[in-house]
Amino acid sequence: MEYKLTFREYSESLKRDKLLGLKCSNCQTITCPPKMTCQECGGTDLEVTELSGKGKIVTYTVIYVAPEGRENESPYAVVLVELEEGPWITGNLIDIDPARVGMELIGRQVKLGHKVFSGDKYSDGDAARPLFSFAD
Amino acid sequence: MRRVAIAGVGHTDIMFDSPKTEVEMFAEAAMDAINESNLKPNDIQAINCGNALGDFSEGQGMVQSYIADDIGCFNVPATRFESACASATLGIRDAAMWVASGQYDIVLAGGTEKATAMGTPLATRTFAMGEDSRYDSPSGMTFPGFFAMLAHLYCSRYNIPLEKLKEQMAMVSVQSHHYGVNNPHAQFKKERTVEQVLSSFMIASPLQLFDCCPFSDGAAAVVVASEDVAKKLTDKPVYIVGTGQASAGKMSAQYKYLPRIRAREVSVKQAYDMAGLGPEDIDICELHDCFSIASIIAVESLGFADFGHGGELWEKGETKIGSKIPVNISGGLKSKGHPIGATGASQTYEIVKQLRGELVDQGRQVEGARVGLVDTLGGDGLSCNLILKAD
Repeated sequence: MEYKLTFREYSESLKRDKLLGLKCSNCQTITCPPKMTCQECGGTDLEVTELSGKGKIVTYTVIYVAPEGRENESPYAVVLVELEEGPWITGNLIDIDPARVGMELIGRQVKLGHKVFSGDKYSDGDAARPLFSFAD
Repeated sequence: MRRVAIAGVGHTDIMFDSPKTEVEMFAEAAMDAINESNLKPNDIQAINCGNALGDFSEGQGMVQSYIADDIGCFNVPATRFESACASATLGIRDAAMWVASGQYDIVLAGGTEKATAMGTPLATRTFAMGEDSRYDSPSGMTFPGFFAMLAHLYCSRYNIPLEKLKEQMAMVSVQSHHYGVNNPHAQFKKERTVEQVLSSFMIASPLQLFDCCPFSDGAAAVVVASEDVAKKLTDKPVYIVGTGQASAGKMSAQYKYLPRIRAREVSVKQAYDMAGLGPEDIDICELHDCFSIASIIAVESLGFADFGHGGELWEKGETKIGSKIPVNISGGLKSKGHPIGATGASQTYEIVKQLRGELVDQGRQVEGARVGLVDTLGGDGLSCNLILKAD
């Protein structure tokens, strides 16, 4: 069975600030990031759908000790965002001072942009990553 | 299915910058386990070896095969288990199932790791491989980052002020260091105070250095045998009476349960059901304290505390020897160290020692302990549990 929405398609779309997900025809759940099956019911009758990219921060961290190759980026904020269509996705948060943010971030409304992780020797190429900024 | 027991155990010191290779460390732990079982290497019928990152730390794949040859278990089937931090626990669980099935009578299981050879930047990169490489890692997620996000989510979900949770987390680390002082194999044998934990440098907010386990080198191994065989080999067989294992999706796919780790709840229920036991029957627990917050989340999943109240166990001293549920009397991953591919075998070694009553001299014996629980987490959710019982 063919993969309906691959990582590469998802990533290339995100590079154009379009966030793609999958809508389940059985239970209507939106799955994002994409998978072979619906995150809720495991169904395979899925349709590619464009998501709004809007949501709210459910949790965050500020990374001070970064992986190899990313040391110059730290400190940086990583957030988990609950999209208005339901699913959660991981991304970075910009337009903040990472050293000064705290629990007040949780619940803030954000909107999606993107930045490209250019990849390293273990990553099989580049990857677009969600870049969130405040929408409220 | 036959009853299965652990007949012998072995454990190297856990340290930074070991002068030995992964094969050499495993061989030392394995020979101790084999000798303690009154066996010879050619009695071993199969080997299960946990190893997560040897490809990166030593440029060595297929370590299990070279281990078999190194210790004189010539041409036996040897299998490498890779599940990040839970690798060795999976190896022991599968060994127990193989022996229970009757396929083999005696299997050697354990793990080895030499993470410190990578240095912090590469180790941080490779540990993050226990997260989703396509949808989480590109944002610069690290392994501490996962539990850091769970800590903030924990405060938000259960309406606990961050300062209060941080203090409870510090108590977890302080207790681990306290018991680690008396563990001869521990990487850190040094007391820490709450103040020291709270003033250590930030790794991934809110996790500070002393909320985090170290990078470590070390190995541990156990001999798993059928009941009939084990009784001939040792006066103190420790039975594997329950096991469980469960997988998990990437962090964002776990959105319905976080900060609870659903896979751990599934895994430990399998183990409890198989053993016909519950949390109230556990006399001692070695749980996966890769980070201080991980311990608090773990005691809830394992049934020792209500959700949102795990930290109170440490506040009230209920995780100490002589109290409600002694936790990580080895010093845990925090103080004993965390050679990831070996950690599950190290935890199992500790529980076996406790159930045999052999830690009196170290001042760490939980008196009368009969039933112990091993809890290991791999990456951002995969879970494995073992319940061990003395006769």
